Amino acid sequence: MTNPSGRAEKLSSAAGSLVLDADVLVLGGGPACTWAAISAAEHGARVVLADKGFCGTSGATAAAGTGVWYVDPSPERREAAMASREALGGHLQDRRWMTRVLDRTYAQSHQLSEWGYPYPVDEGGRPQRNSLQGPEYMRLMRKRTKQAGVTILDHAPALELLADENGVVAGAAGLRRQKGDRWVVNAKAVVIATGGCAFLSKTLGSNVLTGDGYLLAAEAGAEFTSMEFSNAYAISPAFGSVTKTLFYSWASFTDETGSVIPGASSKGGRSVIARALRKGPVYAQLDQADVETQRQMRVSQPNFFLPFDRTGIDPFTQRFPITLRLEGTVRGTGGLRLVDDSCATTVPGLYAAGDAATRELICGGFTGGGSHNAAWAMSSGYWAGQGAAEFARQLGVTNQRQAFRCGKIALRAGGVRPLHAEQLARNVQGEVFPYELNYFREAGRLGESLGRLDTFWSEASNAAASDEPDLLRAREAAAMLATARWMYRSALARQESRGMHRRDDYPEQSERYRHYVTTGGLDEVWTSARQLASAQYSEAAE
Amino acid sequence: MIEVIDAARCTSCDICVSVCPTNVFDKTEGNPKIARQSDCQTCFLCELYCPEDALFVSPFADAAQNVDVAALKQSATLGSYRRAVGWTEESKDLRAADRSYRLFGH
Repeated sequence: MTNPSGRAEKLSSAAGSLVLDADVLVLGGGPACTWAAISAAEHGARVVLADKGFCGTSGATAAAGTGVWYVDPSPERREAAMASREALGGHLQDRRWMTRVLDRTYAQSHQLSEWGYPYPVDEGGRPQRNSLQGPEYMRLMRKRTKQAGVTILDHAPALELLADENGVVAGAAGLRRQKGDRWVVNAKAVVIATGGCAFLSKTLGSNVLTGDGYLLAAEAGAEFTSMEFSNAYAISPAFGSVTKTLFYSWASFTDETGSVIPGASSKGGRSVIARALRKGPVYAQLDQADVETQRQMRVSQPNFFLPFDRTGIDPFTQRFPITLRLEGTVRGTGGLRLVDDSCATTVPGLYAAGDAATRELICGGFTGGGSHNAAWAMSSGYWAGQGAAEFARQLGVTNQRQAFRCGKIALRAGGVRPLHAEQLARNVQGEVFPYELNYFREAGRLGESLGRLDTFWSEASNAAASDEPDLLRAREAAAMLATARWMYRSALARQESRGMHRRDDYPEQSERYRHYVTTGGLDEVWTSARQLASAQYSEAAE
Repeated sequence: MIEVIDAARCTSCDICVSVCPTNVFDKTEGNPKIARQSDCQTCFLCELYCPEDALFVSPFADAAQNVDVAALKQSATLGSYRRAVGWTEESKDLRAADRSYRLFGH
């Protein structure tokens, strides 16, 4: 637990142009954030939601369509749903959490239906609730958030958390980037629902996801887990942003000469595509989709066809160049470590939901992308909002509480040399985008990359505080940098291949590493092994 | 990336300024302007939210393009995403047309 009073400056009442008091402050603007805000309000809290972008369009869901891990509550179906990906995830999932996520997702999906979400109905007249259209879903969630009485601050990125003298989180402070001023929200509990980190790779809808919430949580002392499961890459047209890897299961993949690349596949053969891309261009063609499937694709995912329709490509009959865009922890499973069923973090008063939190509990080490992340956003959002509201209620009156600012890098670092945010972001991308560093990992290459990343951190920490116009970008770049260091330090610690984490020097899964890797720290990044909950239970029973 | 705010269609409602998650637009005295094109993440949401079909997002995520606005209007490309999603009166049935349940598990 970091004691912020040692280095942080005291918050004065004149510190923000906009000063609000709340029971619960929720940071973010996507599904988890809105579910958390609504849940906190339903549990009696006065809630403020502050988003970097616009709540309703921010994040990986709003721009896309997403599957939902929605499973009918028959014991056989639930068992099959839980068992189906346990091996893929490296047996790091937790059955108790999977069960409660399936239950909660079922309940929230029915809530969405009651709120008027236009779920499709199949030929037998049954509603189908295992998919959501992002724009439609998030437009509805914004409406319901407002109707729940939540105060929404759009274009209001949080820059840092506030904490009291005991290290209990006491709110946050940030910018209103369209008004050119600052905000402070004094709150009794804070929910981080700012998503994962996709490193500005332009994977669909993800450029707001730069790990901002990780950084400010880490400055308050929060811990992370499963950050080695952070090397998800999605297929997109080489020129475009639309990543919908599911549809590429109907694709053939060819090289420059038109020859089929042996083993290349969207599922189970994506690493072959990554290796082929290192040698030259790779082309895809969705030539295995029959006419009926093509029609279903069009109505299910209109955005998928924008890059093709607008360039005159018929993706079913013509080859087009593809690339792999890094999705980092957005489709990885690493994130803030949770310590209980209310999605509390290791910092008192600080909760986490959605992709900002670890999804190891339901996904293990294999991608949470699509359906599992969507189910997790609904469930963890609901629990975090409830937990934060309850924490605020128990805290009671906080009028006499002094709040201290927790932020450091780019905010109140001491040097004179400026921090070049865009250059720093490019430098971090240079360490996390290359397949030979991140997709295919190896001790020597990871170690060298960490050496460079640590140097970047040291330089950025010793740079001058950024001026207002650059402040947000500087904090984003710093968050990306911190994320990369937790990722690679964790990847070094896991000397095996498991889930999406792939080590060239340790290609096999090893029973020795059937545990979680916890990480944290900013100036000094640390890792440690942590037992699975199931292992703790079996020990307790002995 | 966002390429076009069609001056003839734009009503200066500034919805695009609000809804852009990466803050690409700026308000002006008249129509909003594309102030930070390189920040565009090519998510197409400004185009979807524009009630006048005045915006065009090129599918090229990394490079600016020359765009023929007259041709886009001629081909009804402006507004095509909004229609496809079901966010127009005549296409509203498409809001519930999702057939993903037939595609999963392939």
